Amino acid sequence: MSDVLNPPVPDETGSSIPLKPLGKVMAVTSGKGGVGKTFVSANLAAALAKLGHRVLVLDADLGLANLDVVLNLYPKITLHDVFTGKAKLEEAIIRAPGGFSVLLAGSGMVEYSRLTPEVRDDFLRIMSGLVPHYDVVLLDTGAGISDVVLFAVSLASEVLVVATPEPTSLTDAYATIKVLVGQQKRQNIRMVINQTARIGDGRAITVQLQQVLDRFVPTEPGRPIKLIHMGDIPADPAVRQAIMRRQLLMQTTPSCPAAMAISQLALKLEESVISRKH
Amino acid sequence: MTPTVANTLSSHPIQLHQLQLDNARALLDHSMVELPSPEDSPKDYLQGVIDGLCELSLKDPLTGLGNRRHFRAIQERTIDGVARSGDPALLLMMDIDHFKKVNDTYGHQAGDQVLQAIAKSIASCVRPMDTVARYGGEEFAVVLPNCHASFGSTVAERIRATIEALAITISPSMTIRVTISVGGAYAPEWIRSTVALWTERADVQLYRAKSEGRNRVCLDHQQEIFVSAEEKNLLFGHLSLGDPAWIESVSGELPANVASSAMQRVN
Repeated sequence: MSDVLNPPVPDETGSSIPLKPLGKVMAVTSGKGGVGKTFVSANLAAALAKLGHRVLVLDADLGLANLDVVLNLYPKITLHDVFTGKAKLEEAIIRAPGGFSVLLAGSGMVEYSRLTPEVRDDFLRIMSGLVPHYDVVLLDTGAGISDVVLFAVSLASEVLVVATPEPTSLTDAYATIKVLVGQQKRQNIRMVINQTARIGDGRAITVQLQQVLDRFVPTEPGRPIKLIHMGDIPADPAVRQAIMRRQLLMQTTPSCPAAMAISQLALKLEESVISRKH
Repeated sequence: MTPTVANTLSSHPIQLHQLQLDNARALLDHSMVELPSPEDSPKDYLQGVIDGLCELSLKDPLTGLGNRRHFRAIQERTIDGVARSGDPALLLMMDIDHFKKVNDTYGHQAGDQVLQAIAKSIASCVRPMDTVARYGGEEFAVVLPNCHASFGSTVAERIRATIEALAITISPSMTIRVTISVGGAYAPEWIRSTVALWTERADVQLYRAKSEGRNRVCLDHQQEIFVSAEEKNLLFGHLSLGDPAWIESVSGELPANVASSAMQRVN
């Protein structure tokens, strides 16, 4: 773990944005808040850990994420202490109940939500030091499409957009995808539709989004935008119960419909993201 | 803590003669700021000194425009406003072309006159709700809140053309003309930006205007990302396909024929 303590210094080009996004890093984003982004990140991490993978979930919302609330974790040392030099990176990484690792930002990180080149460099340095130690790193990004969110997503080789069937969520998911295609030249975007009422709703929504994108978002020849439907998570009363108890759904009711759907999602990601060579 | 401070203040009134106010007073006199008489009301006098200093700290003395400190606060406020209202704001960064030549050829006094004339001219091109500032030596900046994409290039071009047409009198017998380069970037609805990154984007465009030959306007177009009503209609096309359980409350508000007629346009 010595290179976690001494992460490599970024190259001398002075560029804060990496030329190539980091492999095995997946940003979980949504546009709209309150659609279950953090719920999906945490439970997906637990499902992937159960499959035997080393998983890290990082609060990329820089202090505004609710990962600590969802997991009922209140660590003394956070990413903020690492940024300010008060602690080592290793000390800030904690073990979550689901058998995966978590790096929380800490409330002091709010000041970093003003994304300066220094914060970008620090973040990038920390990320490149962490990635080799895990099979997959999930970035739980903030709500909305801020520069912080766009920066966090730019670090990831994969993007998972979480949406619900509500019109507001679909509009914001669509706007997010539009920005990611326009600014980051993203081609493949993975979709999860949360809180679906019927089997097939999620796929229908992904198809719908794809059709509107095809019509309104110009792309370069040979570089079409492809939304990859990764699955639906059905509306399930067990989800609310787990959230209110501040426990992972994968632990409280692993055989409920929503938990089964998340296990399926983990299997699909294992197949398409983790086992693929980067 | 606050009550303690307040108590301390009220139980120990400050005597004006105990304060070193000479420098502040000289500064305010020099800037012709009127102060209430210290004899009538020491409190009003002190408040006047504080207000006067605050105003001076935000103003560029030469042009009377806001300075960079003031401008930064306005930028921050504007970004917050964009996030709340959803109306995009435009930032313009402007630099006088070959200003050094003006100083070298006609002297620094003429240079100052040029800066003053241009400041006045830019301010006359924008709405009262917009903020013009002197950003640096020969650099000016404007924040235009509630400025839609189609309007931005019009106002930027108006500023450029007004400066180009402006004859600046630097002595009774001499007028000179200068041009400016303009770079601009939007803080749009969908992206919550930061002052640093917003400024960086506008600066990139200013650099482009300079390198493409000066006396021109370059705006950042990548930020014109928004979701049109037509796109929204199509997005919710699935609402018209059958009767999904999740839209019971919405189905009355969005007539099925709106969505389906939009669908037909695609096909």
